[in-house]
Amino acid sequence: MNSTPVQNTSKPREPLFHIVKRPTIPLWKSWLIRAVAILAAFLVCGIITFLLVKRNPLDMYIAMFRGSFGSSRKIWKLVKDIAILLCISLAVTPAFRMKFWNIGAEGQVLVGCLATTACLFYLGGKVPDWCLILLMLVTALIAGAAWGVIPALFKAKWKTNETLFTLMMNYVATYLVAFFLLTWTPDGSSTLGRIEGVGMLPVLFGNAYVLIILVVAILTIAMYVYLNYTKHGYEISVVGESENTARYIGISVPKVIIRTMLVSGALCGLAGFLIVGGLDRTITTESAGGQGFTAIMVSWLAKFDPLVMILTSFLLIFLDQGAAQVAQDFNMSDAFPSIITGIILFFIIGCEFFINYKVVFRSAKKEGQA
Amino acid sequence: MSKPIALEMKNISKSFGSIQANKNVSLEVYHGEILAILGENGCGKTTLMNMIAGIYFPDEGQVLVDGKEVVIASPKDAFAHKIGMIHQHFKLVDVFTATENIILGVKEQAGYSRAEAEARVREITERYGFHMDPHKKIYEMSVSEKQTVEIIKVLYRNADILILDEPTAVLTPQETDVLFDVLRRMRDDGKSVIIITHKLHEVLALTDRVAVLRRGEHIGTVNTAEADESMLTEMMVGKKVSLNIARSEPQDPCDRLTVSHISCTGYEGVKLLDDVSFTAKSGEILGIAGIAGSGQRELLESIAGLQHLDSGEITYLDPKTGETVNLRDKTPLQIRELGVRLSFVPEDRLGMGLVGNMDIVDNMMLRSYRKGHSVFVDRKRPRDLAERIVESLEVVTPGVTTPVRRLSGGNVQKVLVGREIAASPKVLMVAYPVRGLDINSSYAIYNLLNKQKEAGTAIIFVGEDLDVLIELCDRIMVINSGRITGIVDGRTAVKEEIGLLMTGSIRKKGKKKAQKRVKGVRKPKPRNRPKNRKKRRKGGARR
Repeated sequence: MNSTPVQNTSKPREPLFHIVKRPTIPLWKSWLIRAVAILAAFLVCGIITFLLVKRNPLDMYIAMFRGSFGSSRKIWKLVKDIAILLCISLAVTPAFRMKFWNIGAEGQVLVGCLATTACLFYLGGKVPDWCLILLMLVTALIAGAAWGVIPALFKAKWKTNETLFTLMMNYVATYLVAFFLLTWTPDGSSTLGRIEGVGMLPVLFGNAYVLIILVVAILTIAMYVYLNYTKHGYEISVVGESENTARYIGISVPKVIIRTMLVSGALCGLAGFLIVGGLDRTITTESAGGQGFTAIMVSWLAKFDPLVMILTSFLLIFLDQGAAQVAQDFNMSDAFPSIITGIILFFIIGCEFFINYKVVFRSAKKEGQA
Repeated sequence: MSKPIALEMKNISKSFGSIQANKNVSLEVYHGEILAILGENGCGKTTLMNMIAGIYFPDEGQVLVDGKEVVIASPKDAFAHKIGMIHQHFKLVDVFTATENIILGVKEQAGYSRAEAEARVREITERYGFHMDPHKKIYEMSVSEKQTVEIIKVLYRNADILILDEPTAVLTPQETDVLFDVLRRMRDDGKSVIIITHKLHEVLALTDRVAVLRRGEHIGTVNTAEADESMLTEMMVGKKVSLNIARSEPQDPCDRLTVSHISCTGYEGVKLLDDVSFTAKSGEILGIAGIAGSGQRELLESIAGLQHLDSGEITYLDPKTGETVNLRDKTPLQIRELGVRLSFVPEDRLGMGLVGNMDIVDNMMLRSYRKGHSVFVDRKRPRDLAERIVESLEVVTPGVTTPVRRLSGGNVQKVLVGREIAASPKVLMVAYPVRGLDINSSYAIYNLLNKQKEAGTAIIFVGEDLDVLIELCDRIMVINSGRITGIVDGRTAVKEEIGLLMTGSIRKKGKKKAQKRVKGVRKPKPRNRPKNRKKRRKGGARR
């Protein structure tokens, strides 16, 4: 600027760069940064693939794309997987908005699966089908809600740490499933066969996935409305932002915590119901398949906005299927999809830093003044 | 000036995002002088000093120490150039003694000798007339003792240039006088002392020169001897400001809220409130004075239904029906449902009164969202209210859908006070309502309070600036360690008298206070940042 040049010959060294917070950034610019980050991520993935297997990176991108969109079967699978992941992500979101770090979705989904399977196992053929399906749904919702509300009760009453508590509940759920599997399989194999023919969810438009997709689509909109336009949603935001403010205006914080975790857990139960009732028709200790944890990422990446979550769940599922295809085509181990997913997520999450801050290097102009 | 220049800033600029905190500031500090950096809140005083102390790095400009250009990229660099800063928020280890805190982090070439260190600390205390017990633990200390430790810590590191950020914010008038004596002795010893402040009377009483900042720019530096209050105010604000608060006589006051013998206990068994009794009357402003953390917050929260009481009664007299309502052990919601028109502007605006990440409309809704049976919230009426408040109180905001945390302190406060007044309260409690506000906003708030008073509201005003309390309030109640030490008439009160009541002036009580502060550690309260500046002091400088 108009600073006077200094006579000193030995100019002290200014740091090479320093970090400055950005003013509010225009929307297009933040999306540009994200797009650049994704491009850079694919570039790095290509380089790594090339270094590891000496194959043309372009082949890899094509394989990735084929993994998700290669055939109509793959596209259906993609959409179905998105639906299930999105369902669990929607379930954890109210709790996250309240800053209740529920990382027990895995367990809550699993008990939902367990409840559904138990209905099928014990009542299959003994009650009318519509009644069986209803029972499957209701018990799954109750089981998930119960799994969710237990940590909430402890948090509300004794301020226990919900992160640890919900995490521990996952293990309880896993071993509960293991126990029932032993009981249900007289041969001790712990492998329950598919229970077909009873309590089948309706097939719409000739595809078993349509119902699931429809349910989750409705749920997404409902959750968006619930969080943004209802009194409950408003209370959740207030409690999440500041418990003191909530107390100050007379919101009962324990009540909101418990109520929200009932909703959160029940929706996880719903996901369990969809997984067993609509897809797997059986249960293993891996029925939730880690999606309870992936859902946390989906929700965070979308900044807890249900509509943006459609995008983020698509991204994660796309990466997963694409990388699996690459591993298969290029004959690589199962670890490869994880490497690719990890790299891309690193870039996507890392670019948020550049949206909030900019790096200012020692300017040549100032050097010139010296 | 004949004295040599100790520190020189040339064209310093710094911005945070779109906010320009400092713009082309050039300033010199001489050896052996006390310089005040004067300006309203948010004018960049602290930012400027933080750049010299190595907390921030300037975007542009140079710093020269003793005529040589230097780069200060960390507090360590600052100490190497003999610059030390005493921040508003003390950085001390509570379980260590004064001496241990002072020597913490200093690398002695010849190894570590506690005896030597203590001797040096003693030498410093004697030289400048500090009162400090080197073996006392920090958690046993009062705020002013802690500040002493911070100052000695800086001197122990051989600082020649000392920067004090709002040092009197947390002190009583008596403690302030002691501090000023010490600072004068340092100046006479050849040190450069820079104090950041917005209190005019302190500037006039203590300093040699005053540098005034406004909106990040250096407006000018004047010799204190040639300055007076109205001139400095004009430099700070950029226009003439009248510094008088109108105080009307209370119109037929009648009892509105009676607090009798309430006590409550904190987590460690310390009494936060001890047998407190008083009555708030309609059409009257009752001031509450006291050192920060003496129980003011607990008192207001007790009335608002946020604090569990061990004993005592709180009764509200309904002006319409003449009935009394017991407020003890009620939740805020129950109090509202009883028809009690009680509004509360808490000290923690963004952490309690408002939700920083929500927009103005949603913050208006905090009080009213429950209305009606619909499961959906109605944003129509809150939006109208928000627009009304923005217009009538001249809130500066891009719109009613701007998150309140993006607003400046004064505008945040207007939103909060506006919402609380919109409920047409019968009792209005405000805690530190002008903290962090500029002069014009402060006066806007005083006017709002006076209007409420004229409308017959009983107002309870917790303040920290005694001059303002004396000018604004009809009665002033003084609290010390959770006890009421006196209630004085605002029209006849003397600052020194209130100061004595604030300290409790009995040794035994001092001990109690120390324990209380232990608790303060667990739950730190934002206690600095007093605001409000204008003083109507007739006496002029106090030299």
